[in-house]
Amino acid sequence: MSGEIREAQLVLGDGTVFEGEALGADPPDGVATGEVVFNTALTGYQEIITDPSYAGQIITFTCPHIGNYGVTPLDDESRRPFCRGVIVREMARRRSSWRANVDLDSFLRAEGVPAIGGIDTRRLTRHIRDAGSMPGAFGTADEATLRAAATAEPGTDGADLVRRVTVDAPYTVEFAGPDGRPPRYVVAYDFGIKTTIVRHLSGIATVEVVPADTPAADVLARRPDGVFLSNGPGDPAAVEGLPAIIDGLLGEVPVFGICLGHQLLATALGAATYKLPFGHHGGNHPVKRLATGTVEITSQNHNFAVDDGSLPGPVEVTHRNLNDGVVEGLRCLDLPAFGVQYHPEAGPGPHDAAYLFDLFDDLMADFGKGR
Amino acid sequence: MPRRDDLHTILLIGSGPIVIGQACEFDYSGTQACRVLRDEGYRVVLANSNPATIMTDPDFADATYIEPLDVEVLERIIEREKPDALLPTLGGQTALNLAMELAESGVLERHGVEMIGADATAIATAEDRELFKRAMAEIGLDAPPSATAHTVDDAVAVAERIGLPVVIRPAYILGGRGTGIASELDEFRRKAAIGLEASPISEILVEKSIAGWKEYELEVMRDHADNCVIVCSIENLDPMGVHTGDSITVAPAQTLSDVEYQAMRDAAFACIRRVGVETGGSNVQFAVNPVDGHMVVIEMNPRVSRSSALASKATGFPIAKIAARLAVGYTLDEIPNDITKKTPASFEPSIDYVVTKIPRWAFEKFPGTPDVLGTQMQSVGEVMAIGRTFPESLQKGLRSLEQGRLGLNCDPGEAQYDEIPLDELARRAGIGTPERIFQLEACLRRGMSVDEVYAATWVDPWFLDQMLAITEERAHLAEVGFEALGRAGWRRAKRLGFSDAQLAHLWGVAEADVRAARKAHGVVPTYKTVDTCAAEFEAATPYHYSTYEDTDEVVASDRQKVVILGSGPNRIGQGIEFDYCCVHASFALRDAGYETIMVNCNPETVSTDYDTSDRLYFEPLTHEDVMNVIEAENPVGVIVSLGGQTPLKLAEALPPGLVVGTPPASIDAAEDRERWSALCARLEIPQPAGGTAADIDVARAIVDRIGYPALVRPSYVLGGRAMVIVYDDEGLTAAMAEMSTFGSLGKEGGLSAERPVLVDRFLEDATEVDCDALRDADGGFMIGGIMEHVEEAGVHSGDSACVLPPHTLSVETISVLTDYTHRIADALGVIGLINVQYAVKSGQVFVIEANPRASRTVPFVAKATGVPLAKIASRLMLGATLAELRTEGLVRNPATGDHHSVKEAVLPFSRFPEADAVLGPEMRSTGEVMGIDLTVGLAFAKAQLAAGTRLPSSGTVFLSLADRDKDLGLRAARHFRNLGFRLAATRGTAAHLRANGIEVGVDVAKIGQPDGQDAVQLIESGEVDLVINSPRGRGPRGDGAHIRAAAGTHKVPLLTTAAAGLAAADGMADRARHRLQVRPLQEYLRGVGRDQLEPAEQPTLPDLA
Ligand SMILES: Nc1ncnc2c1ncn2[C@@H]1O[C@H](COP(=O)(O)OP(=O)(O)O)[C@@H](O)[C@H]1O
Ligand SMILES: Nc1ncnc2c1ncn2[C@@H]1O[C@H](COP(=O)(O)OP(=O)(O)O)[C@@H](O)[C@H]1O
Ligand SMILES: [Mg+2]
Ligand SMILES: [Mg+2]
Repeated sequence: MSGEIREAQLVLGDGTVFEGEALGADPPDGVATGEVVFNTALTGYQEIITDPSYAGQIITFTCPHIGNYGVTPLDDESRRPFCRGVIVREMARRRSSWRANVDLDSFLRAEGVPAIGGIDTRRLTRHIRDAGSMPGAFGTADEATLRAAATAEPGTDGADLVRRVTVDAPYTVEFAGPDGRPPRYVVAYDFGIKTTIVRHLSGIATVEVVPADTPAADVLARRPDGVFLSNGPGDPAAVEGLPAIIDGLLGEVPVFGICLGHQLLATALGAATYKLPFGHHGGNHPVKRLATGTVEITSQNHNFAVDDGSLPGPVEVTHRNLNDGVVEGLRCLDLPAFGVQYHPEAGPGPHDAAYLFDLFDDLMADFGKGR
Repeated sequence: MPRRDDLHTILLIGSGPIVIGQACEFDYSGTQACRVLRDEGYRVVLANSNPATIMTDPDFADATYIEPLDVEVLERIIEREKPDALLPTLGGQTALNLAMELAESGVLERHGVEMIGADATAIATAEDRELFKRAMAEIGLDAPPSATAHTVDDAVAVAERIGLPVVIRPAYILGGRGTGIASELDEFRRKAAIGLEASPISEILVEKSIAGWKEYELEVMRDHADNCVIVCSIENLDPMGVHTGDSITVAPAQTLSDVEYQAMRDAAFACIRRVGVETGGSNVQFAVNPVDGHMVVIEMNPRVSRSSALASKATGFPIAKIAARLAVGYTLDEIPNDITKKTPASFEPSIDYVVTKIPRWAFEKFPGTPDVLGTQMQSVGEVMAIGRTFPESLQKGLRSLEQGRLGLNCDPGEAQYDEIPLDELARRAGIGTPERIFQLEACLRRGMSVDEVYAATWVDPWFLDQMLAITEERAHLAEVGFEALGRAGWRRAKRLGFSDAQLAHLWGVAEADVRAARKAHGVVPTYKTVDTCAAEFEAATPYHYSTYEDTDEVVASDRQKVVILGSGPNRIGQGIEFDYCCVHASFALRDAGYETIMVNCNPETVSTDYDTSDRLYFEPLTHEDVMNVIEAENPVGVIVSLGGQTPLKLAEALPPGLVVGTPPASIDAAEDRERWSALCARLEIPQPAGGTAADIDVARAIVDRIGYPALVRPSYVLGGRAMVIVYDDEGLTAAMAEMSTFGSLGKEGGLSAERPVLVDRFLEDATEVDCDALRDADGGFMIGGIMEHVEEAGVHSGDSACVLPPHTLSVETISVLTDYTHRIADALGVIGLINVQYAVKSGQVFVIEANPRASRTVPFVAKATGVPLAKIASRLMLGATLAELRTEGLVRNPATGDHHSVKEAVLPFSRFPEADAVLGPEMRSTGEVMGIDLTVGLAFAKAQLAAGTRLPSSGTVFLSLADRDKDLGLRAARHFRNLGFRLAATRGTAAHLRANGIEVGVDVAKIGQPDGQDAVQLIESGEVDLVINSPRGRGPRGDGAHIRAAAGTHKVPLLTTAAAGLAAADGMADRARHRLQVRPLQEYLRGVGRDQLEPAEQPTLPDLA
């Protein structure tokens, strides 16, 4: 703590200023910008930082001590972090875990992710809670520069971030489920897909991960047992063309969507999406599974949601957030398609909703018989 | 699913007296449960023998039975109340074990009582270590290799198979009683025997030791729809091998990755489901190998536990409240989150601060007991601290302990570690002791690397590095210096939890100057809120902690505010009784329209429940932290006289005029020996002759004047700390030496002109009397209660049994006591409560001491008389008069009727086998129980039973008495003979009895002598049903000590004064002649006549004149 501290500041779009110290990578000209959001998870900072859904965003961790157990390649959720920055109260000076091979600060530096520490993250969180998530800029640059950068930062509304995070060429992950069980074949659209999701899918199928703009026809030509629509960053209303692609798949093959995948599925079905005041970002959101009345504690990360009122007739709501009633799951009554807004794969977070991958498996089974 | 309508009356069992391992956390959980169940419209019947609890206030349950927690008694209660259900999971291990007995003995079935929360099978699966292990194996969870044994020999076989070191863990125990780790075989034999004794079913688990692994706890909640949530994860700073209750613990867990944490979460759910706890809270303990992450299950508590209380305070999630609702049929999603109001309770709290719990021990009170921590819990209390970071919360916690330490070293106390060679210091830090945390810092400060310290202690490197950050900052602060430190520097120091007092020590300046300079730099605390959700939602609950951040969340109201200072960590001499008083003040003042603000740092208490006061500040009770709250709130008054010594010590440094009630000056006048004696002289109230001495010569001079025996003690202490009776010069010299800087008290300050030793004539065979009274600002006066002690003066008031109303004092004596008390209260200008202690020797009344504040006896008196002393006192302090409060109805007349109330102390000797179980002027009890009945004897017998001494109805009584006790002993012996008991006695006693025509069946030889059976052999032979042994006073461990030790290990009822022996004899006689009756407190307070007594079923015994 003593000695060499590089003072830095965080300035929000509305002009609010926070004092802290520079950590992680040095951003160009000492300025990092992005949309400032918070995450209330107590564990899993590495998974969160490497989750492509955070593209364009600066992640505030409400948990004060971050980096305690270091970083390990085992926990990466993608090939590299896509977030714009990290805000913490206290960055661990030393890691302690038999699993880790590097500490978080070094990892951020190596991956070019700027960070700021010493921030009153509770004050920041309450500010965002009341004023809504907003653009911000942080770094060692002077306040005026940061203020200008913060105002110039567009944020994620209307931004098509999927193009930036999706793979440029397909790749295949072999079936890794129990032997003796004939593997299915699933095509997974990569809108910013998390490793943990691919791991879950590969428990029931051989998974081919394809770029976001792969035409429906190409996918159907591969005769998959099912198609998976992944999570991803940004505003569902802003991504060009994807709803049309999904429309081409519906009815032809079982479809399962998570997070952005779920929003795009809804859009393809004719529903509308809207932006939440400050989104859902955490590992403790209670969701009710309406079919059974049971509650699952879920991992969530989304700023946008499906508008209840806009749902077409043959679509039913299967899950709801118990905190604010937001739609957390849908299913088509006339087509083999369903989606959830939250993250049943966890990574990080509770495992309560892992059953959804089995439901996808069952759906593919039934559809197969019907064929 | 909403509440169950098929239930009407619910029986709740409390946890009984405060003992080590089971403290007021169960008053907190029980009180919440009572509240909730009544809000839900159920009729609540409560059984708890502890009068100092809030839950036993007559208005918390529909029928409150302050009766012994014993199966026979409970069956009587069930017969009377016909409850539909029994809720056993909120009264600690005591309630759980009783529920099991009630189930196994068929009582529940016979009366059609359903056990809700957890059923008998679930409890057995969790509590029986073998069943539990098998269950865990079934669901694929690892546990350390082990096997159970029922004899020492099987145990040895097991130990040899799995290999030493092993840990011994008895089944159905509490706070690790009888557990221990053994590395050699003979050590193992010894500990295995102790373990078998400790287990009610004499079964022990012998298990591979994994000392040094990381230890964790998860608090789980489950509803009958099988929804499960984790309320809180807790990580122990002390690795495996030190009982969780004796470990410094931190929430949330700090060094688990999400992958590891989620695996642990899954395991906890699998565990609660397999064990079958249908609804409510449970706690599952895990250990993790730091080298490879291998996780094993240690145990599961199928009930609300001390950790649940901690978890509730740490997160704001009220586990007990919710558990009670779940037990009557609700599901988690049907219950709103208490704090956000908008969101449901079916979630997992996220917290944006760090909570540290630090235990407090009392080894200094049990000479001969090594202060080494192990698998058996020994702490008597704990503090909790909240900070935004671990360093901040650790330092706040350490200064909350009130043991003269200002934080993590950087104070005068640290000197002791600097004298020790570094390698030796590191070796010591490797052993769990109360000093370890300070030794760790000293090792780091003196140049050991984190890795070296880790290798020596197995304390996780992350924690060590956080401590190192404090140490480095300290060096930096020393280098920069007081004058040169800038705003950023001040902020960084405070953010690491440094107290102003630590900085003052570091820089050698006055604390006041540090405070002033800090404020001049604009570095002041900000108060944040505990809200269960890391600020994601708005919080409705005003539960705050201080930290040094940008913004403050407290919105000061303009109402009239009163700050109530709590009593801090429980310790022997200052426990739940004082929390009871603070809570009552808060209730009374809220009703009177004030905004009440509680400041306390004890997580076990009701006072730190955010429901108790309008606002709760979870803060250390130090001058700095209290002044910060006062400055943030600017109250009209501060109450310092209800929380024991803790707030009193803070009083004089508070802004003048702010302290309400008795002026601090008067409090000092009563504590300061010279001024107090002067006052007594002026009032012509006799005191035992005596004086004050700072050295042995003066002390001798005093004794020459007053003569032996004399009572020697330091001034300004609580609970008779270090008080001894000396019979000769030798004893006097030893006592003075003990109190000089070299003795154990040296740590606590040593001797000086300001802190002299008091030397008094010790009044032998005097009856001690406690008197609690109230006085208002206009001089209105009222006696609260007069209590006659059973044991003679010389046994600390806190350790002796007492009877209300007095049973032998003459009317004259009582009017003298009343008059003295009134005059003392007037002279001291008391506004509120005063407690005066007297010794009555052959008709003459001597005053021993006066405490112009709430005393330990207040709750007992309130329960016995129905007069809410603490509530009244708090109103008086804020200006109301007794007359006004009488018209208001708060002041009532004491309950009429023929009931007698007996308070009995509960002592922790079973936990400290090395200490001699004899009562003296130094208080050592951890808790108390109350027995109420229509004769003194019956009430005394109930109090004994409640305290765990089951007086026999037949068999052999063994007497061994000091000469001065022989006449009392004679009377007792006569009773025993009339009751048909055989008598055994040691030579002198036997001779005396025979000389008076009483038949003694067995002569007991002196220990170690060939002729005949000696006392210890006799007790071991199991032929003795009651031991009455009073110490000879002088001399070290004589036969007496061995007799008492033997009685202790073989669980033979033991009484250590003839007076208690006589009272017991009376009690046993009355028990023999009457049927056991139980009555709710509410009924006694309405007035019950003696005519309600029912004769015993069997023919009565000869009358005892
Ligand atoms: N196998 C073991 N090796 C080393 N220490 C152990 C082992 N099992 C338990 N302990 C220690 O003993 C303490 C008490 O054990 P526990 O089963 O929790 O008993 P209790 O019922 O008293 O809580 C634990 O907190 C842990 O520190
Ligand atoms: N002069 C005395 N003669 C006999 N017993 C005494 C005398 N003074 C004190 N005691 C005993 O010592 C106990 C503790 O003394 P007290 O002054 O009450 O200290 P504390 O402030 O710790 O309660 C008393 O309860 C009483 O039993
Ligand atoms: Mg335990
Ligand atoms: Mg006293």
